[in-house]
Amino acid sequence: MATTLLSKPANEPAPVVAKKSKLSFQLSLLTGSFLFFALLLRGIATLPLDTSSLTSFQNWLNSVSDWIGNNRTSNPVFTFFINVIRDFIDTFVTGIQDLISQAVGNNASPLLGWFGIVVMLSYLAYAVANLRIALLVCGGLISLGLLGYWQESMDTLALTLAAVVLALIVGIPLGICAGLFPRFEKIITPALDFAQVMPTFVYLTPVTLFFLIGPASATIVTMVYAIPPALRITAVALHEVPWSSVEAAISMGSTRMQALRKVQLPQAKRTIVVGINQTIMAALSMVTIAALIDAPGLGRVVIRALESLDIGSSFQAGLGIVILAVVLDRTTTAAASKVDAENSHLLDHKHHRQILKIGALLSLIAIIISRIYIWAGNFPGTGVLGHDIATYTDNATNWFQAHFVNVTNAITNAISYGLLNPLQSLLTNSPWFVTGLAFVLLAAILGGRKLALVATFCVLGIVGTGLWSDTMATLASVLVASIATVTIGIVVGVWIGRSKRADQIIRPILDAGQVLPAFVYLVPFLGLFGATRFTAIMAAIVYAAPASIKLMADGIAGIPASISEAGIAAGSSKWQMIIKVQLPSARRAVALSTNQGIIYVLAMVVVGGLVGAGGLGYLVVAGFAQLNLTGKGLAAGLAIVLLGILLDRITQAAAVRSTLQGK
Amino acid sequence: MFKSHRFRRGATLMLVVSAITFALPAAVPAQAAASCGTVNLADNAWVGYEADLAVVSYVLKNSLGCKVVVKNISEQVSWQGFPTGQVDAILENWGHEDLAAKYITKQKVAVDLGSTGNNGVIGWYVVPWMVAKYPGITNYKNLNKYASLFKTSESGSMGAFLDGDPSYVTNDAAIIKNLKLNYKVIFTGSEAALITSFRTAQAQKKPMIGYFYEPQWFLAEVPLVHVTLPKWTTGCDANPKTVACDYPPYPLNKVASVKFMNSGSPAATVIKNFKWTNADQNSVAKSLAVGKLTDDAAAKIWVDAHPAIVKAWLGK
Repeated sequence: MATTLLSKPANEPAPVVAKKSKLSFQLSLLTGSFLFFALLLRGIATLPLDTSSLTSFQNWLNSVSDWIGNNRTSNPVFTFFINVIRDFIDTFVTGIQDLISQAVGNNASPLLGWFGIVVMLSYLAYAVANLRIALLVCGGLISLGLLGYWQESMDTLALTLAAVVLALIVGIPLGICAGLFPRFEKIITPALDFAQVMPTFVYLTPVTLFFLIGPASATIVTMVYAIPPALRITAVALHEVPWSSVEAAISMGSTRMQALRKVQLPQAKRTIVVGINQTIMAALSMVTIAALIDAPGLGRVVIRALESLDIGSSFQAGLGIVILAVVLDRTTTAAASKVDAENSHLLDHKHHRQILKIGALLSLIAIIISRIYIWAGNFPGTGVLGHDIATYTDNATNWFQAHFVNVTNAITNAISYGLLNPLQSLLTNSPWFVTGLAFVLLAAILGGRKLALVATFCVLGIVGTGLWSDTMATLASVLVASIATVTIGIVVGVWIGRSKRADQIIRPILDAGQVLPAFVYLVPFLGLFGATRFTAIMAAIVYAAPASIKLMADGIAGIPASISEAGIAAGSSKWQMIIKVQLPSARRAVALSTNQGIIYVLAMVVVGGLVGAGGLGYLVVAGFAQLNLTGKGLAAGLAIVLLGILLDRITQAAAVRSTLQGK
Repeated sequence: MFKSHRFRRGATLMLVVSAITFALPAAVPAQAAASCGTVNLADNAWVGYEADLAVVSYVLKNSLGCKVVVKNISEQVSWQGFPTGQVDAILENWGHEDLAAKYITKQKVAVDLGSTGNNGVIGWYVVPWMVAKYPGITNYKNLNKYASLFKTSESGSMGAFLDGDPSYVTNDAAIIKNLKLNYKVIFTGSEAALITSFRTAQAQKKPMIGYFYEPQWFLAEVPLVHVTLPKWTTGCDANPKTVACDYPPYPLNKVASVKFMNSGSPAATVIKNFKWTNADQNSVAKSLAVGKLTDDAAAKIWVDAHPAIVKAWLGK
């Protein structure tokens, strides 16, 4: 989801720059009249629907899903076409599993034992990045073994790799098309939004109907989520290449294809590697969800631990996922900057090549050793480190809960009664046409007629799903979570954007927040905040704030030194610097981190449904669990997508506005 | 997991269907005993099921030499595995009459293998500390008197009544409405949320009432107390809109694919004969959830202590 906005503002037509005072006048007028009509007409046309009732649209969705189920086994087109895809993906995944995670035939270990894998991957990290990264990979992989989850980690890695490779095979060529043909990009963008915002729970059951239970389904579910970043960032990468260099190549006699191959792609390479990085992160974030349909690996440990509320074990496995993510993230990021260095011919190629040859030889030897000796094949020991971590986590959570539960209860109540309940009652009691019109007008003010049309479509679409009231309940929680996320994003983002040392300490925590499966911290959160909407809000903040913080920090760090120096020369204090100079210069980053904060919060709506937040999230979960609610779950998923597009486009328009104003 | 009068009628029908099905493989027992091969068992995510699975797989592996493949999937997805042959058996099924109608009655790809011996109880429960302090709280007639105790930030002016995992179709909202109780159903959305809520409520002496069920490992930790609702009689819950009575008793059953039962695998016999008591399941579940033993270790303790029962499962 990290890229929804990144690609847009560049090709957005610049709206007329309005005077700041006029804009704020329009916005306060809109807010005022919305409040007036919402309260005046409260209780009218609120479109509520009982949890167990279904509308005819939802029943129709039910019958569609039934039809698919009934035809899966009988319809030859279905079976032939889909079985071919399924067999291909299954073979691919099990192939990688045989290589690194699953014992083959009568052997005790996979084709590559742990020792071989550690040496080989460290070597590869050295080859694509540098020695520091190689050491990180080596240490990270060994700690997976010490946690006691070597095999599970490798299963997760195998599935992630398979999904990423397939996602790139699909995503990069399509991304190139999107980069070259704006019309294609326009058509495909809504589909990408859909794939990224539609909660996975919604299509988990249909996917297993099509592709049966097993690695193929798990891989496809992961791919749906991982293709969009690959595609989007590739398109952005091509947009970034100056058109003049393409024209120059063509004027010198290159064909369009040659210009693409010789000029555009090499220059876009670095950004495309960033896309690969985001694809890997997206794939890893699906590990736990995919475990619900029998994906092997660490996600399964997390789900299993949840059955008996075993916080220690689930944290232990969650930590494994975090380690994998950090290792893969740092490697690809370093690889991206090395691509830069190579482009500018900074490296001593001859010397480098020699080390690579020696490394390759060492890896080969390590692989052979790992196939001969048992100690090098299966990771020795039972994970002493992991056991300690589990016990320590358990004790720490119990202690914290025993000492702070009164405080956390007070916070829950203060926020719920003070902010959430009034907001939710305002939104759920306001007539749908009043709230809907407010959205359309807001869109019109910020983005003109075109955006107003999009907003109208989204509002009517939500009404069409039959879940307006639930959507408003969800919107209230989403807004509160977003406000908190954005505040944290700006405060912490400014802090670490200004201090390199703070950045070094905080960044790993941010990574952990982004990839640690929510299932790991749900139980402690439930203990502290109860089965409430506030628990859902907290979970959303943990997931969304890191993205917001990172974007903000990048924005602050990216302010040209000359601007800051001018501020200092003018005698500004630290706070004056932040408020008068840095924040205004980083306006675009503020807008970007707000947009991404909201989109990430929306991604957690379903998790909220698992901890008592009700609303659309609960309906999606219920649809996954119950046959006759499948249609309603689908409708709830649609409503989440429409709400997501609505909020995304409006904040994007606000971002464009503020960027222009900053100039 | 849900219940209704139709379930019973369905169960009778299923028994007939299964009886007919079993008549076929019985004719070739000699061939059947030859090899076990692979058995695909669904693994649904609750500890009681895990206990069944641990013991059955242990017996299949160690007494028959079967290769057991465990599929970690939800209940609905498990049933989907019958027509495709990806799931051979579900070891603990809680009702699911819509799925039973689809896969047993209509598609005829699955059969009901009868009771696991475990009796499910579904109902309303309160945290135990409240029982001494608030006399009569375990009778629904007194619940309105105590409703204000249960008020939370989620329930407005009413008492909060907590529901769990949406897999369990509940009548709670209707029961509350029809008994004119001043409570609001809060959908916690997961078993983890429900159990954590009961656990913290008991630890902090906070009031809590909600939906729960037995057998469940958590009851060994906090013995929740059952609230009496108007007694269940056949048909009292026929109309989900007017229901105003307790949940029916719930016999848990095993379901297997027809293909698997006809395959002549000796594993089919074991799964068909598998039957034990709530106490048996609770002891294994406790080893798993509280003792944190592995499946095989937990199963071994129970199997070693109950050779006669295991022998009966094996049909010896």
